[in-house]
Amino acid sequence: MAVEMREPIETGSPDPFQYMHPTMRRNFGMWKYHTHPQPGVLLHVADHGDKLWTVKAGTQRILDVFSMRTLCDIADNYSDGFIRFTIRSNPEFYVTEESRVQPLIDALEGAGFIVGGTQNSVASLSHTQGWLHCDIPGTDASGVVKSMMDELIGEFKAADMPNRVHITTSCCQINCGGQGDIAINVQHTKPPKINHDLVSAVCERPSVVARCPVAAIRPAIVNGKPSLEVDEKKCICCGACFPPCPPMQINDAEHSKLAIWVGGNHSNARGKPTFQKLVAAGIPNNPPRWPEATAIVKRILKEYKAGARDWERIGEWVERIGWPRFFELMELPFTKYHIDNWRGARKSYNASTHIRF
Amino acid sequence: MAIEKRSTPMLDQLESGPWPSFISGIKRLRDEHPDERINEVTNDLLGQLEHSYETRKGYWKGGTISVFRYGGGIIPRFSEVGDTFPKSREFHTLRVQPAPGNFYTTDMLRQLTDSWEKYGSGLTTYHGQTGNIMFIGTDNAGVQPFFDEINEYGWDLGGAGPCVRTAMSCVGAARCEMSCTNEQKAHRLLVNNFTDDVHRPALPYKFKFKISGCSNDCQNSIERADMAVIGTWRDEMKINQDEWKAYVERKGRQHVVDNITSRCPTQAMTLNEDDSLTVDNKNCVRCMHCLNVVPKALHPGDDHGVTILVGGKRTLKIGDLMGTVLIPFKKLETEEDWEELVELAEEMIDFWAENALEHERCGEMIERIGLVNFLEGIGVDVDPNMVSEPRQCSYVRMDGWDEEAVKWFDRQAEA
Repeated sequence: MAVEMREPIETGSPDPFQYMHPTMRRNFGMWKYHTHPQPGVLLHVADHGDKLWTVKAGTQRILDVFSMRTLCDIADNYSDGFIRFTIRSNPEFYVTEESRVQPLIDALEGAGFIVGGTQNSVASLSHTQGWLHCDIPGTDASGVVKSMMDELIGEFKAADMPNRVHITTSCCQINCGGQGDIAINVQHTKPPKINHDLVSAVCERPSVVARCPVAAIRPAIVNGKPSLEVDEKKCICCGACFPPCPPMQINDAEHSKLAIWVGGNHSNARGKPTFQKLVAAGIPNNPPRWPEATAIVKRILKEYKAGARDWERIGEWVERIGWPRFFELMELPFTKYHIDNWRGARKSYNASTHIRF
Repeated sequence: MAIEKRSTPMLDQLESGPWPSFISGIKRLRDEHPDERINEVTNDLLGQLEHSYETRKGYWKGGTISVFRYGGGIIPRFSEVGDTFPKSREFHTLRVQPAPGNFYTTDMLRQLTDSWEKYGSGLTTYHGQTGNIMFIGTDNAGVQPFFDEINEYGWDLGGAGPCVRTAMSCVGAARCEMSCTNEQKAHRLLVNNFTDDVHRPALPYKFKFKISGCSNDCQNSIERADMAVIGTWRDEMKINQDEWKAYVERKGRQHVVDNITSRCPTQAMTLNEDDSLTVDNKNCVRCMHCLNVVPKALHPGDDHGVTILVGGKRTLKIGDLMGTVLIPFKKLETEEDWEELVELAEEMIDFWAENALEHERCGEMIERIGLVNFLEGIGVDVDPNMVSEPRQCSYVRMDGWDEEAVKWFDRQAEA
């Protein structure tokens, strides 16, 4: 006899007001201004005078139940039992009296969390799942973040960069980590290795052919079996065929490298939002601490901090000083791979005599 | 019975250093959690992760797992090395939709944590890049009872696969003076209108809503949402001249010129001789820079609404695309206004579902068929705010010019 299944209740996204701090509920849509009393702390003042201090903390993001309960204990003991998570996975805590700010910070730091990440700091790296959970990753995500944040913790806590810096990581070229002022992304350098024995059983071949951005995949009979073949001269090694067809293995211990991109910015402040641009590639995918990638990121941050004007994001700073100067400052090679050949590439060519000497 | 702990020399190196370590967290579940099932699952998880670190490869494969009546919402993971690490052989993630703005009481976080502890690995992320709570790691048998338990007290699965995805919105009006709309309302009205399309993947590919309260666009909506809803205002920005002058006095005129007035993208600001500020509001593009620098003195105007953009997405397949302005200004005041917002989303999704190729995002379809065909398909009139500049290429057939010009003047007369 069939087991009686429970019908789901399709409620979708729940009502947020039940989970909001009462000072937020009371002043919804009636905030007047904010200040930044110290790194990691924001003070918001409402039209009618209510004040709300926000304390932001960095965590390991992959939270075990112990760490989650510690965060809850801190919120219960030192703030008012409310937590909000930012888009970069930082928990935020709220208090309505200034005297409660420092004890809250002490409790968070005492439990091993890092207070910071506000305004012109290097925010927590946003990342994806990596080897811990993704089905197509070329590298880990949480480990890269842990390694880099160990090195960038001072910049997270200090808020002394020209403007905020968002760093992202992605474990494949789909780029789930998103656009960043600095992005560290996997870059495959060899075409997929195909296990022809499995393709016809595992892959829906027309969908795989359709998935290729450069039409380099075609159906073929290999060893008497229906399979797929790749025109390796056309292949751009993006790995788009791997998710729908796991026998087309793209990840390679040696040849899957890391690349670094800069200048992505989602904000409309000053200029329109921008996409990130390639600056370095061929960086070894080197667990457990990825020192080569971290060294380049630190170098970019050092030059940005020294050279940018206040409020300039990394992309705006490079735009002002020019890309030739950026490569010179960074002592990075400028190669043929830096010149775009994708759709709209022509827009990135310099059609002027604007050249810095 | 004590478990035999996997040797993890590479992962162990991620336990040192000042930043909180996810490895230490997983080890704590292995070593200190009272439930032996969790000890064993996390032990084998660590074993497989160490194996990935050693060989520099991932060992998870997807599959098909969902809950009764739904088709999506779960990221199924089966280990390719399950014979070696059998206890984490099935390690599925449930995507659960948070409330807009990601607000929680500790009571609710504890309740969710208690439920997860019964069925899952004890690992979570608040939140993944799409905006879901990620309950990371349960087996085939754990998926349905965990969902049933949390669904009973108000939580529902998000999207996974070719479907409407979980939406995202900023803290917004709850705690930000820049907020120009009710982000929470926009978020829930939009995504909860499509629960069927969230739970039963049947669209060409993913479709994402993201809502930001102002042009700072903290939710990255232009860069990664198929439909971006961004708060703005159309009257004059508010200037508190006393606060402004106090700022100029404190920082000096040179600082104000260097950091504020000269950074205005449309040169719409004048610092007067008496230190007061004049803004050419007709040319202000609401970029937010000056408001960000002097939040005490400068504020959005009162006539709030939203700008709606369409077609942002990440790299696969034709390269990254920014969203494009679809509606320059939409008032969201009356219930009718809000209904129109939802109807616009329905029009867009219907048209895209009918016309997109398999695995083609809305922005890619627009790239393929042209913005004008898309606009005609969803019944939205052209507007010069949709482009940075008019056409440059003369190779275009324009024998409908007179009729189109009449349409424009008729619309102007109506407005």
